[in-house]
Amino acid sequence: MKVLVAVKRVIDYNVKVRVKADNSDVDLANVKMALNPFCEIAIEEAVRLKEAGTASEVVVVSIGSKSCEEQIRTALALGADRGVRIDTEDGPDSLSVSKLLAKVVEKEAPGMVILGKQAIDSDNNQTGQMLGALLDRPQGTFASEVKVDGDKVQVTREVDGGLQTVELAMPAIVTTDLRLNEPRYASLPNIMKAKRKPLEVISPDDLGVTVSSNLSLLRVDPPAERQAGIMVGSVDELVEKLRNEAKVI
Amino acid sequence: MTILVIAEHDNNELKPVTLNTLSAATAIGGDIHLLVAGSNCQAVAETAAQIPAVAKVLLADNAAYEHQLAENMSKLVQTLASDYGHILASATTTGKNFLPRVAALLDVNQISDIIAVESADTFKRPIYAGNAIATVQSSDTVKVITVRGTAFDAVESAGGSAEVAAIGEACDAGISSFVGEELAESDRPELTAASVVVSGGRGMGNGENFDLLYSVADKLGAAVGASRAAVDAGFVPNDMQVGQTGKMVAPDLYIAVGISGAIQHLAGMKDSKVIVAINKDEEAPIFQVADYGLVADLFEAVPELETKL
Repeated sequence: MKVLVAVKRVIDYNVKVRVKADNSDVDLANVKMALNPFCEIAIEEAVRLKEAGTASEVVVVSIGSKSCEEQIRTALALGADRGVRIDTEDGPDSLSVSKLLAKVVEKEAPGMVILGKQAIDSDNNQTGQMLGALLDRPQGTFASEVKVDGDKVQVTREVDGGLQTVELAMPAIVTTDLRLNEPRYASLPNIMKAKRKPLEVISPDDLGVTVSSNLSLLRVDPPAERQAGIMVGSVDELVEKLRNEAKVI
Repeated sequence: MTILVIAEHDNNELKPVTLNTLSAATAIGGDIHLLVAGSNCQAVAETAAQIPAVAKVLLADNAAYEHQLAENMSKLVQTLASDYGHILASATTTGKNFLPRVAALLDVNQISDIIAVESADTFKRPIYAGNAIATVQSSDTVKVITVRGTAFDAVESAGGSAEVAAIGEACDAGISSFVGEELAESDRPELTAASVVVSGGRGMGNGENFDLLYSVADKLGAAVGASRAAVDAGFVPNDMQVGQTGKMVAPDLYIAVGISGAIQHLAGMKDSKVIVAINKDEEAPIFQVADYGLVADLFEAVPELETKL
């Protein structure tokens, strides 16, 4: 079985984002970029499936400008076998991304597609589900456990209030939640090896998809700042304030 | 144009977050239809019909919808979509699961997790873990939207008498099935619906020490949450996690105990009305957002708090 993993280049999760002075977007100039953390988990899961003998090949796909090849190389260093970059401007919307991925899936015919549940920049949490709908294939979103059993896969999902397990006919789409696994670090020899792994670049035209969007970003604002309150000296004072000043107990 | 809201429920009870999502629908303006899709969920539809904001309840009662599997739900909503200008669901793990499929089937984008309605086609939503707020406009023919419940006040739940219309054939995609679930049993309110939340962080030291928080929570009728650090350390299960990667809460009172206040945690609770922080480290960033800060050893302060409530 082939496993396809879709990954996204995003701002490093340790970087504090700033809104541009003209409120047009956040400022990404000279900011450290990285693999989206949920995508790292997706790669790790695919590589583990290969190590367990369940998967035969791990193909990693990313969509964007040439700079996202850096993240594809990272994925190759973590154990993916080959990369595909679909050449677009950075940040197409989720529907366009899903349409592009759907075409790649039709071409590659994987048994499973693994994606992060959301990217930490746009926080949309859509692409895996949209891909499932376009392909008319089932989905196991927010996965904390993935068990392949013949032509079916059982996915345990993190839902509000606990866990839910579903069984999906393969090919299936899986999106990762945080506790699915702990991604490994790439070793130096693997980073060197990754440079020689194949990386194909294709255009949306090759896939017959037009990238456009009916969504426009009108402005971006910093969130309302919360003012620091006061320090209290004792539990008695705290209880008194909550009762008589804040009136919340 | 009419708005379709998809109800959040467990086949027995309508979840309160539905009232918040309906509130977002009223801000958009127009007649509101509420879809109750489930199995043996007549009682939910009857409760829903009493909500004054709802003009009509659509009841899709079929085994195919018992667990609201995304594959089946999305096909059902697709069959109804042509009558509506907006389709809304709560940004819960259920809504987030099936609604993007609906959007893709309708060949439109989804606007996720809105926190404000600017006009019928323009919405505000947090990006970058709430570190920026985007204003987005959609020219799609139908706007497919998930709503962050904590950002909208609930609509009235009683006093109305909407028509209940049974609808549709079963849309069973036949490619997925429900195997089982493990839901945390608790007499306390659900985290995202509670008016008071008491949360513990790495400073709690271990899972047993969370009993201190449960005692306080029981006195306040509060839900108990945790930071990601406490979850990662294995103190408590992930469904208690408050933060960017967990649940978003905005109660009247949030008490953070032994939580340093990482950005990822603040993203999940900073919209709370009153925030109390108890931490022995006076430099902890949580104090920068707290209305009331107490620098103290939580193992002394929390039991004392419990006795004085």
